[in-house]
Amino acid sequence: MSKSFIEVTGLTKRFPAPKGGEPLTVFENANFGIEKGEFVCIIGHSGCGKSTIMNILAGLDQPTEGGIVMGGKEVSGPSLDRGVVFQNYSLLPWLSALKNVMFGVRARHPEWSRSQVYEHSQKYLEMVGLTGGAEHRKPAQLSGGMRQRVSIARAFAIQPQLLLLDEPFGALDALTRGTIQDELTRIWSGSEQTVFMITHDVDEAILLSDRILLMTNGPYARVAESVVVDIPRPRDRAEIIHNPGYYKIRNHLVEFLARRSKELAGNREHSGEPPVTVRPAKDDADDKERQSTSRPKLVSIAS
Amino acid sequence: MISFSLNDTAKAFLLSIAMLIAVLGAWELATPAAKSAGELSEYEMLTGGGGQQASVPAPSQVITKAIDELSNPFYDNGPNDKGIGIQLAYSLYRVLTGYFLAALIAIPVGFLIGMSPIMYKALDPFIQVLRPISPLAWMPLALFIIKDSQASAIFVIFICSIWPMLINTAFGVANVRKDWVNVAKTHELSHLKTAFLVILPAAAPTILTGMRISIGIAWLVIVAAEMLVGGTGIGYYVWNEWNNLDLTSVIFSILMIGIVGMVLDTIFAFIQRAVQFQE
Repeated sequence: MSKSFIEVTGLTKRFPAPKGGEPLTVFENANFGIEKGEFVCIIGHSGCGKSTIMNILAGLDQPTEGGIVMGGKEVSGPSLDRGVVFQNYSLLPWLSALKNVMFGVRARHPEWSRSQVYEHSQKYLEMVGLTGGAEHRKPAQLSGGMRQRVSIARAFAIQPQLLLLDEPFGALDALTRGTIQDELTRIWSGSEQTVFMITHDVDEAILLSDRILLMTNGPYARVAESVVVDIPRPRDRAEIIHNPGYYKIRNHLVEFLARRSKELAGNREHSGEPPVTVRPAKDDADDKERQSTSRPKLVSIAS
Repeated sequence: MISFSLNDTAKAFLLSIAMLIAVLGAWELATPAAKSAGELSEYEMLTGGGGQQASVPAPSQVITKAIDELSNPFYDNGPNDKGIGIQLAYSLYRVLTGYFLAALIAIPVGFLIGMSPIMYKALDPFIQVLRPISPLAWMPLALFIIKDSQASAIFVIFICSIWPMLINTAFGVANVRKDWVNVAKTHELSHLKTAFLVILPAAAPTILTGMRISIGIAWLVIVAAEMLVGGTGIGYYVWNEWNNLDLTSVIFSILMIGIVGMVLDTIFAFIQRAVQFQE
């Protein structure tokens, strides 16, 4: 097996128990890879450790066991090679939108002149549609959607090798979310950016990602399945729902979240195995093949 | 909305004026009018027109005094007779010197305490013991060690204004939102850059609150300190006028202390607004 761009091996996070006793194992022995230029979403119920995985990827948290290798180098701390967009935008409230982006650009390119930093930042703000005076406003004077646009602009502007998005649209209303999802796809498709994103929204995951990782419930959560989204790009919010594969994928995801994530919870039998690859939207011929190889496995897990 | 608040402001202003007039009017009426020269008794003539009992002067007398003093605030007729402007300038000089020395120490140390929970725990007992000590209690020790009354007054200001700044800085720094520190981390900022670009602006409103409390306390304390130290300053002036039994001057200087205190507070409120941010 060829090495992926990002290799997550044996990742485990345990929190010490409050008063002696058993430590709390959030997830154990998680193994998965992310290819360069891939858009990967991870879905799981609250408490399964998605955010912890993301924080470890960002270098803000340390795993109890295991590790992450990105581009041949071990991830050991925060780095500009991994840009993060947090759910709560995490813009610096005392800086204007433009200055927030410039803050990131200046950190990335300390040797650049002021005008270079300015132009680069302006370019990315234009990309997310924040122009005409709005870029000079402070975050508090911007709507939630606009703030998240600034966050995305800042993350893209530092051109990281891996972009981490922690439920970036969780706090937005459905309409705004749709618009920004479209913008994110548009920016992403032109950038060959590798993206790892946490979401709770099944439709969002299908629309945006190449692959969706499914996590079982914690404790002892694990990445159980890797669902390939076989829907051609460019995808369009209005068109995608007419794709025959769309509901196959969607049903598979919903079924996993509603039923099997619970049934598989705490099951350590398959601990350490890489996630089972599932392609619900693949042609029927392939579908049969898939069923013959992976279905018995799934049944055995469920029992 | 704006016209409403303007209206309210105007109403409040009118009400303030009315209250002022009412209080001053009552005070004026309650003060026995100075008798005209023709009615003076022999005793009164001997004592230069003074009554047997000194009385609180009427507001009109205080206003006359104020106009008189403020029209020539910087005259200097020797150690016992200096203009109000000179006295206030001495006090302000002491307050600002002590205050900025305190800031110079309190803000960096507060930063350190706020950043390091261990330092916080280590220094906390000292701060808790030293903080409640009345600044004037330091005066004898300061006079003995420093052997200079001027510098001792400055030291007293230093010691009283250091605590609110220290505690607020530590609190502000320790409570910077973790998200913002994470932003600094993910942008690979050095410790020094994190301190100046993220933590300082994030903690600035809290630090400024501490600085505003400190300047208020320093201005309160300087009056008492100068009453003890003597020589110059508004505190000395008040006490000196009391010894002269010139109550008009005492009331006038009380008023001036209030006005200068208000101006100091307004300046800090203005700076506070400048560093304030909305989340």
